[in-house]
Amino acid sequence: MPNKTFFWFFLPTGLAMILFIGLPIISTGIQSFYAQHDQVVKEVKKCDPFGCTVSIVVDNEETSKIREAKPLGKFNGFGTYTDRNHLAVDEIKKFWNETESFGAFVDQVTNLPFYKALIFTLTYCLFVTPNVLLLGFIIALSLNAVARKIRGPLIFGTILPMIVTPLVGSLVLFWMIDSQGIIGANIQNLMNDPYLSLKSSKTLTWITIIIYGIWHHSPFAFVVFYAALQTVPQEPIEAAIIDGASRIQRIKHIVLPHIYPVVTFVALISLMDNFRVFEPIIGFSAEGSAQSLSWLIYDNLVNEEVILFGSAAATSMMTIIGIAILLAPVLIRTWKEFKTAR
Amino acid sequence: MDYGLDTKSTRLKTFNTIFIITWLLIACFPFIWTFWGSFKVRADFFSRSDWWYAISAFNTLIETGGQFTTNAYTQAWTEGEFWKASKNTIIVTVFVVSISLFLGTLGAYALSRSTEKYAFWILMAALIFRAMPHITLVSGYLFPFFELQIWGILPTTIVVLVAINQPFTLWLLYSFFKTVPKELDESALIDGCSYFQAFRHIIMPVMWPGVITAGLFSLMLAYNDFTVTALLLNQENHTMVPKIQSYLGTNQHEGNLMWAVSAVVSATAPLFMLVMFFQRQVISGLTAGAVKG
Repeated sequence: MPNKTFFWFFLPTGLAMILFIGLPIISTGIQSFYAQHDQVVKEVKKCDPFGCTVSIVVDNEETSKIREAKPLGKFNGFGTYTDRNHLAVDEIKKFWNETESFGAFVDQVTNLPFYKALIFTLTYCLFVTPNVLLLGFIIALSLNAVARKIRGPLIFGTILPMIVTPLVGSLVLFWMIDSQGIIGANIQNLMNDPYLSLKSSKTLTWITIIIYGIWHHSPFAFVVFYAALQTVPQEPIEAAIIDGASRIQRIKHIVLPHIYPVVTFVALISLMDNFRVFEPIIGFSAEGSAQSLSWLIYDNLVNEEVILFGSAAATSMMTIIGIAILLAPVLIRTWKEFKTAR
Repeated sequence: MDYGLDTKSTRLKTFNTIFIITWLLIACFPFIWTFWGSFKVRADFFSRSDWWYAISAFNTLIETGGQFTTNAYTQAWTEGEFWKASKNTIIVTVFVVSISLFLGTLGAYALSRSTEKYAFWILMAALIFRAMPHITLVSGYLFPFFELQIWGILPTTIVVLVAINQPFTLWLLYSFFKTVPKELDESALIDGCSYFQAFRHIIMPVMWPGVITAGLFSLMLAYNDFTVTALLLNQENHTMVPKIQSYLGTNQHEGNLMWAVSAVVSATAPLFMLVMFFQRQVISGLTAGAVKG
């Protein structure tokens, strides 16, 4: 296809992506260097028969004037990145000097909002991704063994958790697990502990969200693995059966190597999706004990007094860097393949 | 797979059946339970005293005089203005699907027929764009949209959702276009068609399965979106998913949980029917080459 034709065909979609994905990333980058204005304060002298007092009040008129003149806020450089709510450079230095043991230091650092969110996000990715791969593969193997006639409805049932939006999916589970729901109430009865509830324990909340993640993402892994299993050649398997290979050996030495490229693909996709975990935190109302990077951004953007554009943008930039680190191996590999192919 | 020679022991078969039934229960029971509970009153579905009330409908009988009640639905759809939210969802979904299919087919066709190096780089860029968490993009939109005073209205959200959807649509349609033999449009070009005519009259007619799949995924994205719609639309224009969240209530004001339950059922039912109808397309979309990427 000539370059000119290509250009006209690609222009609409290219423009949409540049305007609404490329530019916003740049806009986020710029915003992250600005912080919202401080409120202008003025001294007000108030006199009454008992004498005069000077009090400090917020000058709303002046504040809004400055805000209108410079809506982006004041220039802050890397100030937002290093402040307490993000990388917290000063606090970490302080903790390093003050705390006695390394454990106490780690304890202090992991209580800072950004590190807390980062640790939750990474833990979530680390536990959900491998389990999704495993469960998806087992479901695919086992559905593959049932009679072809009844597979259709079974597949439909299996993919339900995936097609609902994460908010709805987590709500539906939350309503059962909550202390007033069917599962939560029964667990309370079993454990004989009327105060046992999701919200009371951080570990329980984390486990619940991780279980939700596995429940929600496994169907995707299942669908891809199931399709890949249909393409596994029959002859080597039959040969292996004649040679007396056990079922496990057949899976390990024939099926798995055959679908290996698909496994990396699924792993990459679920890693990318898990890194942006956000809606389940709202669905499970788990803001108290589990915060992810995406949730931090959301929280800044729905702030009631002033929207913290700068703070949200700084967290966004660091999230994007995190994504870039996750994607880097794949991109490098693709680039090498592309270079050798040329 | 029927391996022919492969004979399964009864023990394995039983184990397999038990496993599948367990998994299906885990996957489907929450939805069935929510559907069941949406016809009860709050005191039953979220029972403090006894979860069995949700089945025996103890409080529903006292409050409404029947085993089942549709109060939650009628209230959410009228008082809760869920009708407005569903109207907005329909508008957003229809426009997002049609626009992104239009842009996506053109772009993906060009990518699949180009032999130049830049086509590869565009696909890589699309992959990176696909990986961006939507919330980071939203934090980039909010400020410019406030300044331009286009925040809160449906057209802005539609355009944003179309753009966010493009990388995935491009990859999906690209892999579908690749399966259409090049000779088909080349012969049309020799016969004197322009590229656009070849695309319009030769390629599109054989591409319907792929287009339907891509359309389904655009639909699911637009229908299910929470991040973009919750932050870019004002209260008045909220679609279904942010509306459900608003029923949950916050620390400041008590929400109306039963509204949320009935709204969840109302929002999920059409989606399930759609997937039931188009299951084959959904699965082919998820598996078409290196997709969802």
